[in-house]
Amino acid sequence: MKKPKGSAEAGILPNGVFEGVPKAPHGLLEALRRVQAVYGYLPPEWISKAAEYVGVSFAQAYSVATFYHQYSLEPIGKYRIIVCTGLACHLKGSDTNIESLRAFLKLKPGQRTTEDGLFSVEETRCLGCCGLAPVVVIEKPDGSSEILGKVDPCTLHVLVERYRRQEGGEAE
Amino acid sequence: MSWTLLDRCCDKCMHSPENPCPDYIECRLSGPLCHDDERCRELRRRRLEELRYGERGAKIKVPVTSCALAAGADAVYRAVKDAVEKMDFEATITISGCYGLDFIDPWVELAAKEMPTAIYASVKPGDIPRILEEYFIKRDVSGAFALKERMGTASGEDKVPLLSELSFWAKQYRWVSRNCGVVNPESLEEYVASGGYGGLSRALKIGPEKVIDEIQRSGLKGRGGAGFPTGLKWKFTRQQAATPKYVIANAHEGDPSVFVNRLLAESDPFRIIEGLTIAGYAIGANKGYVFVGAEKPLMAERLRKAVEEAKRYGFLGRNILASGFDFGVEVVLSAGAYVSGEETAIIAAIEGKRAWPRQRPPYPSERGLWGKPTVINNVETLAHAATIMAEGAEKFAAVGTEKTKGTKMFCVTGAVKRVGVYEVPIGTSIRVLVEELAGGAPESVRIKAVHVGDPAGGCIPVNLLDLPLDDEVLQGAGATIGSGGVVVISDKNCIVDVAKFYLSFALAESCGECIPCRVGLRVMYGVLDKITKGEGAEEDLQVLKQVAEVVKSTSLCALGGTAPNPVLSTLRHFMDEYLAHVSEKRCPASVCSALRARAG
Repeated sequence: MKKPKGSAEAGILPNGVFEGVPKAPHGLLEALRRVQAVYGYLPPEWISKAAEYVGVSFAQAYSVATFYHQYSLEPIGKYRIIVCTGLACHLKGSDTNIESLRAFLKLKPGQRTTEDGLFSVEETRCLGCCGLAPVVVIEKPDGSSEILGKVDPCTLHVLVERYRRQEGGEAE
Repeated sequence: MSWTLLDRCCDKCMHSPENPCPDYIECRLSGPLCHDDERCRELRRRRLEELRYGERGAKIKVPVTSCALAAGADAVYRAVKDAVEKMDFEATITISGCYGLDFIDPWVELAAKEMPTAIYASVKPGDIPRILEEYFIKRDVSGAFALKERMGTASGEDKVPLLSELSFWAKQYRWVSRNCGVVNPESLEEYVASGGYGGLSRALKIGPEKVIDEIQRSGLKGRGGAGFPTGLKWKFTRQQAATPKYVIANAHEGDPSVFVNRLLAESDPFRIIEGLTIAGYAIGANKGYVFVGAEKPLMAERLRKAVEEAKRYGFLGRNILASGFDFGVEVVLSAGAYVSGEETAIIAAIEGKRAWPRQRPPYPSERGLWGKPTVINNVETLAHAATIMAEGAEKFAAVGTEKTKGTKMFCVTGAVKRVGVYEVPIGTSIRVLVEELAGGAPESVRIKAVHVGDPAGGCIPVNLLDLPLDDEVLQGAGATIGSGGVVVISDKNCIVDVAKFYLSFALAESCGECIPCRVGLRVMYGVLDKITKGEGAEEDLQVLKQVAEVVKSTSLCALGGTAPNPVLSTLRHFMDEYLAHVSEKRCPASVCSALRARAG
């Protein structure tokens, strides 16, 4: 059984989600990270819960949530395909990987997540695995993630197809 | 769990984290010191041997670091476990850090008593049963990549080179990276057995002034890019009257294609925590932070585990080693923003705000975290400090140049045969690093340039490869050592495209606080974009240079202040390639697609 991600509409935040987070302004980054780990993104009502917990204004929490790359204010796909865009990966074709993947998933310019909510294509700063460039990380719905080295468009298509089949099988 | 080196040898030992003994560390390696008992000595001797060969005389080491995992080390680890179970064969399986030799990932290292320790390179899960049988049962090492020593006990020894003889190892000076790939990064016991915490133990005995004195004498300068003398920074902060004081380890390695800090922290995290503790003691702080970049979750996990272990055995907490010094460490994870590696931005991020840099002075040594005096050091710098305190300033200063002592870890990526991290004395030539250590260009390409020093650095053309890796000289050629990134660019890469890459990176990461960086970088990017699309004119190059100079001299922080460097250095050394793009509408490397189409 895969662990389902919570939904903001359900309005439930698991007990102890902020456990161990300092109840002070400097706990804000971690508090937001915890919320995002539950929902996969930051719904505004939960940004305010995090703000309340650490004792800062909603405005400050919102300014922080919009500043850092890893926070997302909109829902993201069940499978996050994160492409490294460091220089070593750039020189070895990460652009081609992104273009091909976006075309394959029929993503329009500016669109990050597929219509069915299954896949997101994201770019990240250097992951520091330059010896295996180009590198892609896949974060799966069960919370696990996989680092793939020396990736080409073909590998990515095969993977996307496999995940799609798995998901299709589950829905039936 | 069986007895470990960190446990008491017998009831006569009174050490515990609550009741610490100042000689605990010395006692671990050459004890017992407070009483004489052959049984206790034997216990230690036996345990040290166990650490080397495992409890059953056979040990298998698999690297578990981000780079090895990306190469499939996870599957190799599972294959090793399966094989050992199936073979009904007793061996200790441990994880280890990474030697920095990315081209042999994933590798395994096998050790047994009376056998030379052997490294097997680029192994696949399917190879494991055969490798284990050959080494442990047939005592044949002919399939190994390299041996750690020669013993004349295994067959095929003469067919395999010694690691210490291979050029990419022999030409290194492994000072701060000595433990990388050697120890289990999650074992405090192995760290102590390798001499770890000797530096802190000594520091606590000689007192903070002498610690600062020793670091100053060593000539250690910051390894994060700016190169400020570490001892002086500590001294300034110690002199401040305001309290409390703080120390921060900067483990936010955001530069693209640089993974020196990640490798060090994933392979030898205790050295960083030890260095941070020494820094705290020297300046009079009781609280330290480790600030880790969001892209490096394993690095954060290793550092967190190291903090927990150090706490458990009394290397953090109250009255450390009976010195009266209290120190605690918290690991804080960034949420992803390149600028949050800038020192004043780190302070803002730890305080729970947007990672916006602020004007300096006042420097953090005067007003840092929560307005209090703060030392911020790069993790490699701290690891150097711990090693210097253990080995002595003179040994560190024995290599390097007149003005910059010691060694630096560099990572070499791009068009080379052996991508990896290599530690060499400051002042080693770029050619030695790129050709002898990293093996030079692969057969099909030629090296055109070497980009040294991350987005803040510059491109050095191939005819200047004999320049030393020393800021005093490199700055004259428009580059800097920076945090140790060396990207080798081949004739298949377009220089304008590389400059545009670095600029687009800086542009995307500019926090938008000051105008030169926010607007200037956008203007520069626009020009470069035009050039790569074949729409550039020669006047554009003038504009590019002018704007670059303005951004460089007027930006608020180092991000904007150094972002134009890749453009300025390529304009200086590769004007012909820019001109080919603007005048002839041609991309000599056939990278810029608009120009490629035109040529065809």
